[in-house]
Amino acid sequence: MAPLLEIKNATKIYGGGFFRAKHVTVALQDFDLTIEDRPATITTIAGESGSGKTTLANLVLGFTKITSGQIIYKGIDVGTMNKQQIMDYRREVQAVFQDPYAVYNPFYRVKHIFDMVLKNFKLASNKAEGRALIEDALNVVGMRGEEVLEKYPHQLSGGQRQRMMVARAYMLKPRLIVADEPVSMVDASLRAMILDIMLRLRDEHNISFLYITHDLSTAYQIGNQIYMLYQGAIAEAGGTTEVIENPKHPYVQLLIDSIPVPDPQVKWGGEDVLTLDDEQARVDVKSGCRFYGRCMHRMDVCLTKLPPLYEVGPTHHVAACYLYDKQHVASPSPDDVAPTPAHAQIRTDNQIGDLYEKEPKV
Amino acid sequence: MTAQVEYRTPAQKGGKMQHGNREAVLDVRNLKVYYSTPTGDVRAVDDVSFKVYQGEILGLVGESGCGKTTTAMAILRMVQPPGGIVGGQILLDETDLVPMNERELRNIRWSSLALIPQGAMNSLNPIMRISDQIREAIETHEGKQKEKKIRERILNLFTLVGLPSRIYDMYPHELSGGMKQRVCIAMAIVLNPSLIIADEPTSALDVVVQRVVGQTLLDVKNRLGVSMILIGHDMGLQAQLVDRLAVMYAGHMVEVSPVGTIFKEPLHPYTQLLIESIPSIKERKPLKLTEGITHDLRNPPPGCIFQARCPKVMDVCRSVKPPLEEIKPDHYVACHLYD
Repeated sequence: MAPLLEIKNATKIYGGGFFRAKHVTVALQDFDLTIEDRPATITTIAGESGSGKTTLANLVLGFTKITSGQIIYKGIDVGTMNKQQIMDYRREVQAVFQDPYAVYNPFYRVKHIFDMVLKNFKLASNKAEGRALIEDALNVVGMRGEEVLEKYPHQLSGGQRQRMMVARAYMLKPRLIVADEPVSMVDASLRAMILDIMLRLRDEHNISFLYITHDLSTAYQIGNQIYMLYQGAIAEAGGTTEVIENPKHPYVQLLIDSIPVPDPQVKWGGEDVLTLDDEQARVDVKSGCRFYGRCMHRMDVCLTKLPPLYEVGPTHHVAACYLYDKQHVASPSPDDVAPTPAHAQIRTDNQIGDLYEKEPKV
Repeated sequence: MTAQVEYRTPAQKGGKMQHGNREAVLDVRNLKVYYSTPTGDVRAVDDVSFKVYQGEILGLVGESGCGKTTTAMAILRMVQPPGGIVGGQILLDETDLVPMNERELRNIRWSSLALIPQGAMNSLNPIMRISDQIREAIETHEGKQKEKKIRERILNLFTLVGLPSRIYDMYPHELSGGMKQRVCIAMAIVLNPSLIIADEPTSALDVVVQRVVGQTLLDVKNRLGVSMILIGHDMGLQAQLVDRLAVMYAGHMVEVSPVGTIFKEPLHPYTQLLIESIPSIKERKPLKLTEGITHDLRNPPPGCIFQARCPKVMDVCRSVKPPLEEIKPDHYVACHLYD
């Protein structure tokens, strides 16, 4: 059986065109991903702002057109679907967005979002049937119709609103929910509830998730496979536990070291950060590793071309880093670090970033 | 580099406070801020008292809507109608801010009381150069000054917060989020204030940049000895940055303690809940679920404000409001469990 969702060589380039040919932004480059049909899984896409997470979500949801590559749903390329197939795709692939305050129209009672779904997809033949469907969906997220449906959005808490968005998506009996940062605007104490609903939908209702987040700790708690993006390309991918417990790519190591530990005794790990926290090296499609400017282990080979994915561990654990290329280095050691000024080669003219000039501690 | 940066700590400036003897820079007493609505007053901050000592960072945490930002705005006397301060005192360096008029407030804002606002990076003026924005703040308070002197002062500031000097003539859109955030930190310390209030200074940044900004804040605190209130809801970040932690719930202060103690041994049930619900990156564990519906802030129930969600609720909690008491040295809790 064909996988539920397959993304092949997806590339998205913003800008460009005849007059602005030089001003292109490669938001996503040669991205591959497969979500199997069964069992349902939670696939995490993680990365910092500007890494292409949301571009990926928009591509899957059909909000933007892909530049090159394919998105294949149940064996059919989304780009070549006919009208009926597109309708089915739109029903079976649902979205939950980041901001539970902005998705509701404040003039309507919250019932409106459910009524629209019933009407657009012709789910119920009469009112009672529709009401039963709504009630059923709300029960899945632990809410009751009479408590919330007649209220206005401002009368509900952020957590309640986000659960209703999940209920709305569930009502369509989707196979895949694209959840773009669903918990980042919900309070910490209520976050667990949304995550728990995601787990239950996966296990009891066989709904897969594409969970897009910058928060590695929630991904670690619920995710199956994880893809770490850095500036539009996969830096590292594999089973969530494997990747987070044994990160291999220097960027992922930096990211995991930077997560503040909720224990005052344990201070931020790793070396002091050496960053240029700028729009760095978003150079054209074919140049070297994008992490070069910030990398502690950079080598000359990193500038030649984008590193391919090397197998680094079990559960399809791969990392895009030449440190794991057996041909180039036998044993990676800090001595392989290239002299600093070499990175000037990948600078572009409108470069405003610079290495954060680290001062010697006096 | 440190040696070149010539900055006096507020302690040296005032000449009265010594580091270590815990002189309070800010003393908030029984502060009440209500928002009036047609259906009754919303008690956003109800009878809150706390102190910020010289040279420390006080973390202020709690869920959205618990009154963190309202408390901060009240200290700056920036609560907008229909909200207003209905009671209490706010003593900054032993002067009460509550009765001050607008002219007096203009003098102390920024010069002794600075704010790094929420989403600070969007608070920069998009059509002014970075240097001009900082210069404006200096000249408003200290009068016109020589170009060369100002330039030197601003470049010193940049060094202090780890910004390269070439951003001097740049516009905000040319900088990344983390750099803009550091510009805001630079602007907050330019007039050498006694207290900086940072309202979620890193909320829109990703973890690596968040760490850089966090470390900049710590660095600034250590070098200048300035006191800070750091508002946030990320417990991990608070653990890394603050000296003492104050936990708010529904407009009330429920626990105040040194950060080490509160993470090791949280006493208030709400604090316990808050600490348990931090997702961990070290171990995979079952999710801890809590039903969270806060009561209507217009008519709080008699007794403890946390009674509706508290797993350890007792009869006395429904009738008697627990006061904030010092249970152990320097550890204040408002809970009947420790009567």
